[in-house]
Amino acid sequence: MAINFEKAFGIHQHTVGIRSRRTEVLAGNIANADTPGYKARDIDFKDALLNAKSRSGVHLDRTHDSHKFAQSFSMAQSGELYRVGNQPDTGDGNTVDTEVERNLFMKNSMEYQASLDFLNSKISGLRKAIKGQ
Amino acid sequence: MSLLRVLDVSATGMSAQSLRLNTTASNLANANSVSSNREETYRARHPIFAAELNRAKGGLGSSVGVKVQGIVESVAPLNQEYAPNHPKSDENGFIYHSNVNVMEEMANMISASRSYQTNVQIADAAKQMLSRTLQMGKS
Repeated sequence: MAINFEKAFGIHQHTVGIRSRRTEVLAGNIANADTPGYKARDIDFKDALLNAKSRSGVHLDRTHDSHKFAQSFSMAQSGELYRVGNQPDTGDGNTVDTEVERNLFMKNSMEYQASLDFLNSKISGLRKAIKGQ
Repeated sequence: MSLLRVLDVSATGMSAQSLRLNTTASNLANANSVSSNREETYRARHPIFAAELNRAKGGLGSSVGVKVQGIVESVAPLNQEYAPNHPKSDENGFIYHSNVNVMEEMANMISASRSYQTNVQIADAAKQMLSRTLQMGKS
């Protein structure tokens, strides 16, 4: 059997994608820290990873104008949910906690770099196998 | 590429916060403006932020930028002062001060500049992540 990239990279090829999407979600939260009524979001990692691995995102075609959009309550992209605020009323309906979001962003970017490092070591392993050195 | 979208999103945040800083500067500069009638008196201006609607083609995307929906003038009552010797006083001897609350504006200024800083740091972190991704497999 020749080199199979799907097997060689394992789970890391999926985690990198999800973490970069999560970066985007968290950046959106921080940008909207002062927007009245904005609800903070995050990605359910387990759900998103399962979806990325199986690539079985449910998609229904709309062939008629009266067809309704098929969207789950958790929004179009699976695994994306609203965060539960840690205080009941913030005055303007905004649930972004900048400190929490910043810490999560930092943690997420560390995890992203970890995934990248794993991928890098896989690549250098493959390279070694190809060159035979 | 999601990481490139991060740069767009934090750019919208930065431009919104810098506009907020702009209105604060204008309000503070005009805090002591007076006029001789109610209509011409300067009123504090505040931007209204709203989450950007998602682009039509992408459907519900994961990230949402900020957009400035408009600028509104404060409806707080004007301060009216009896100063018959003031060159701007009206026929009854009143002048009108702007309704800018300086304390509020200072707090607003600090909040805006901190939010701006946060957005800059996010863009910087995203840039580092991107450049590390581009370096992947090179070593």
